[in-house]
Amino acid sequence: MATRGAEPTGGEIDRTTLKGGVQHEGFLRYRRLYWAKMAGAISATLIVAYLLIDIKPRPNGGSWFGYTLGTAGVLLIVWLAFLGVRKRAMTPGRWSLKAWTSAHVYLGLSLIVIGTLHTGFQLGWNVHTLAWVLMMIVILSGLFGITAYTTLPGKLSTNRDETTEAQMLETLADINRQLFDAAQPLEAGSAAVVQRAIDENAFSGGIWRRLSSRQQIGGTAEALAEFRARSSAGDSPLDTLYDRLEALLSRKQAALARVRRHLRIKGLLQVWLYIHVPVTFALLAALSAHIISVFFYW
Amino acid sequence: MADAYRIAIIGSGPAGLSAAGRAAELGLSHVLLEKTDHLSDTIYKYQKGKHVMATPNQLILRSDMDFDAGKREVVLGTWDEQAASLGVNVKLNADVTEITGDAGNFQIKLAGGETIQAENVILAIGTQGNPNTMRVPGGDKPHIQYQLDDPTEYVDEHIIVIGSGDAGIENALGLAADAEQGNVVTILNRSAEFARAKDANVKLLQQAGEQGRINIMTETTPSEVLDKQIMLDTRDGQTKIRCDRIIARMGSAPPRKFVEACGVEFASEEREAFPKLSPAFESTKKGIFVIGALAGYPLIKHCMNQGYDVVEFINGNTDLKPADEPLLEEKFRGLPGGRSVADWLEFLRARVTILNELSPLQMREFMLDSEVQFFRRGATIFEKNEPGSSLFGIAEGKVSVQLSEADPSLTAPIDQGSIFGEVGLVSGRRRGSTITAAEDTIVVEIPRMAALKLMATVPAAKRAITNISTERQLLQMFGSGLTSEDLVEVMKTAEIVNVKAGEAIINEGEEGTDIFVIRSGSMVVEKMVGRKPVFLSYLPAGSYVGEMSLLDGGRRTATVRAAIKSEVIKVDGAAFGTLLERKPQLLDRARRDMSAREDVNNFVEAKKDSFSGVVDMYSSVASFLVENGIGEATDVLLIDEHLCVGCDNCEKACADSHDGLSRLNREAGRTYAHLHVPTSCRHCEHPHCMADCPPNAIHRGDDGEVFIDETCIGCGNCQRNCPYGVIRMEKTPPKKPSLLSWLFFGIGPGPGEPDHDWIDANVADDTPKKAIKCDMCAGIEGGPACVRACPTGAAIRVAPEEFLSVSRLETEQL
Ligand SMILES: Cc1cc2nc3c(=O)[nH]c(=O)nc-3n(C[C@H](O)[C@H](O)[C@H](O)COP(=O)(O)OP(=O)(O)OC[C@H]3O[C@@H](n4cnc5c(N)ncnc54)[C@H](O)[C@@H]3O)c2cc1C
Ligand code: HEM
Repeated sequence: MATRGAEPTGGEIDRTTLKGGVQHEGFLRYRRLYWAKMAGAISATLIVAYLLIDIKPRPNGGSWFGYTLGTAGVLLIVWLAFLGVRKRAMTPGRWSLKAWTSAHVYLGLSLIVIGTLHTGFQLGWNVHTLAWVLMMIVILSGLFGITAYTTLPGKLSTNRDETTEAQMLETLADINRQLFDAAQPLEAGSAAVVQRAIDENAFSGGIWRRLSSRQQIGGTAEALAEFRARSSAGDSPLDTLYDRLEALLSRKQAALARVRRHLRIKGLLQVWLYIHVPVTFALLAALSAHIISVFFYW
Repeated sequence: MADAYRIAIIGSGPAGLSAAGRAAELGLSHVLLEKTDHLSDTIYKYQKGKHVMATPNQLILRSDMDFDAGKREVVLGTWDEQAASLGVNVKLNADVTEITGDAGNFQIKLAGGETIQAENVILAIGTQGNPNTMRVPGGDKPHIQYQLDDPTEYVDEHIIVIGSGDAGIENALGLAADAEQGNVVTILNRSAEFARAKDANVKLLQQAGEQGRINIMTETTPSEVLDKQIMLDTRDGQTKIRCDRIIARMGSAPPRKFVEACGVEFASEEREAFPKLSPAFESTKKGIFVIGALAGYPLIKHCMNQGYDVVEFINGNTDLKPADEPLLEEKFRGLPGGRSVADWLEFLRARVTILNELSPLQMREFMLDSEVQFFRRGATIFEKNEPGSSLFGIAEGKVSVQLSEADPSLTAPIDQGSIFGEVGLVSGRRRGSTITAAEDTIVVEIPRMAALKLMATVPAAKRAITNISTERQLLQMFGSGLTSEDLVEVMKTAEIVNVKAGEAIINEGEEGTDIFVIRSGSMVVEKMVGRKPVFLSYLPAGSYVGEMSLLDGGRRTATVRAAIKSEVIKVDGAAFGTLLERKPQLLDRARRDMSAREDVNNFVEAKKDSFSGVVDMYSSVASFLVENGIGEATDVLLIDEHLCVGCDNCEKACADSHDGLSRLNREAGRTYAHLHVPTSCRHCEHPHCMADCPPNAIHRGDDGEVFIDETCIGCGNCQRNCPYGVIRMEKTPPKKPSLLSWLFFGIGPGPGEPDHDWIDANVADDTPKKAIKCDMCAGIEGGPACVRACPTGAAIRVAPEEFLSVSRLETEQL
């Protein structure tokens, strides 16, 4: 009953098109798991090769097979680390960071096979094993990362509910202003209780506190309990003020909870990078040490 | 009473002031009447310190007053000084309310009751108009004001803001922004919703309401203003509240009524129309001259030149050549024929039918906006599917339209005098066919804004364009070897219908065989499944709908309603049926189209039980998108919040691809079912931002992107007109140190938009603010940076018709 007269075909500008309608396709499913298959195939081939090729006296990094694996591994690691640059250098060209991330994740995982086979399972307390351990830490933190990336964004979005972080903080500041005004008629002791509620902000507490989901009892919760009790007692001339304070405090409590949830989820989405990236640098250093020592002292 | 002045100039903007300066220099008796207590009110009201621009650059300034790009204060200061030194006879606080009499003997009545006599009148009152005033008892009390310059000026006052538009809301928010000021701010709205204001503003207001910073009173109107109080009519009866100050922002009435009352005729009824003028700026009322923004010239330089010219003309200097002569000479240079500017103008005017009725003055102005081009025989003028919304008129030669992509030899001619390109003009979508020059050809290319202005000023041009475009659209739509002769009967029944957003043109279950062609806007097709409407498809401009019942003879099988304000061509079903009988090819084509549609219907029918949840979801997401302006978008950024990790790399990439300023705000914007429409340009079919751009700096580019060029004067009109809040006014920061020096040495602010302090510290003080917005990364290889830089694939850019296709349903179930 209805038909397009003229079908537009894109000009220079790439639009995301997919057969059968346009859809979001995440980095993990990119090109129908192209890089997953690729990495899987590489790993499988290498394992089979490892089992079939009989290296004498025993498999190790110094054999021709070990050198091959080692060289591939180093190149791969350097390339993986290069993602940090790719992400920030907005050069023109037909590249997509999503494709890079997809390849990064799956090829990064294949390093477990490449790196480990390269060691020939000769692990010990030395600089060579240090490189392997660091690599495994980077990879494990990466695994944590993709878990976070797949499970948390939806929650972040739901919690946000169309408000921006700036707006959330603005709301808090605003409730604080109102609390401050409302507390003026109070005597010093009660005013101090309100002040402690005002002083409580979303950033208090260390990094662990920020990332933990445990309910926090702070100035706001205490003040809320206090004024809730007073307003339910209902025998003071200041009752209407107590009602208002109770209302404001419970709004602050809710607003605080939302900001904290927001910051926590955002924190979890980022915190692993604080291991992933520095350890990458440590890994690059350890790899250099490993390579130098191999060539000079082995 | 004083003797009659030779010239009375009304309005002391750049146009009036320059006219007065010329009159003073020539020693003519004159008076400059200004409503306010200072000169040049429009510029006076610019933001403090605004950088005033002097575009177009090539245009020479011809005036006794100086004007150069610079700060508002400097521009105004210079004019004040020069008005005094030239001996301009200024009369401030002189609000002209009526002009009667005739050439040689005009009576000019002022608001105070005084009358001034003059032989000639120059109207230079601009287009700002008068703010609508309060018409209730006490509406003239001194504590009522119609403007708010500095909200921080007021402390500890009970202030009532009247008006539900952006101006009112912004004023209220400004007054309540700082609690320290202690103002009690109340905003009144006659209706229940703030429908006229931008979403972002309404949200802020509601937030302020919830937080108790502003009292919002809806369905409330003032009924009487008392000295310290105001009487209000509310839904629940009358009430009286305290009130120290009233800020009334109820819009303004354009000056047209006043101008017409002076006896000046406008070119047409259209809102965009300007007064009819002779080459000497004389209106249809002898002795009254119109110049400046009111005459349709919104740039300061134009205004000032006209002020000079008009006084010269009145003084009898008829040989004066307009100051824009060199600009036009430049335009016509290099064209075959070697004519003078005046001859070129006459040649084009006489040859192109839709220009026939323009006056020489209008023709000049028209050509300043338009281009003339020469194409050798066989050259391509534009290609099918190219974006472009300009209209072409053939001044000499002939062009041919390619009817079929498969067989380029199938063409139809368009002859000298006629037009082409009108489909893009009407719908804002891509070109429908390729056009080549059939002979050596000279064409006038008329940009969309100039074409709209032409249609508003010349009713005959509008009729001609509408008729031709209707016929061509039908031809193009049904293709298959139809000619305009075949369409004669159908055209007789064709009728252009305006459809409001949400209105249905076809209702499911109804009888009816009429066919509808969507001319502009877009439609959504819905079908009732159970008790809920299910979204079937989205129809952009250029589609037709309604053939099913005609072919099948049944009732309407779905409802078709407008997603946004649209225009459709309604074609009588019987007439179309006859055409189908005569043209088997066309019938085949229609049947093919129909069966594709039936497949979708059947698909939905079949799935409705097993997948009702999915269908519901799809349907409500589609409605959400349409509500958020996707219906008028041509390209839109969507973020899947199941994938978005909030790294803001899209914003950073955007900033790094465009002078260090991001044109998108990822976090802001609406979200539904985790599908987020960030604050970013939708590249509307009919961009709101283009509507009122004094230097005409906003265009649609080669890839369909709407962009702002470097002639932007920073007036902020586009920002105010954009309903989606995607335009920012910013100073362009200097180049940042390179990525590597940041990465290794921590030099510079790093990737993305630098923070405000860094920009402030590094940008020159007198850098002007300019309007910036998404340009879809046109010209950047690889396309939109936001999408390329998204690490997880959350960000995509799509054309709405692709996103809103039912085939999504099939993939959704994988
Ligand atoms: C925010 C903003 C920024 C802009 N920036 C630029 C820029 O950078 N460069 C540029 O070239 N253009 C700019 N423009 C456009 C430009 O300011 C106007 O087009 C120009 O001022 C029009 O001049 P005018 O003389 O025709 O009318 P106006 O400047 O509007 O002057 C009209 C005058 O007439 C007076 N008046 C009105 N009615 C009456 C009456 N009944 N009796 C007596 N007096 C009356 C008014 O008080 C006013 O002083 C900008 C516009 C805006 C709104
Ligand atoms: C030795 C192997 C690896 C190295 C050296 C490495 C290195 C890096 C580096 C340098 C970054 C850039 C971070 C930034 O600049 O923000 C990064 C990002 C990332 N890495 Fe790895 N990585 C490795 C393995 C892995 C693995 C195995 C995974 C997943 C299982 C993974 C997942 C990611 C993800 C998801 C990102 C974030 C992308 C983004 O948000 O931009 N990495 N990695």
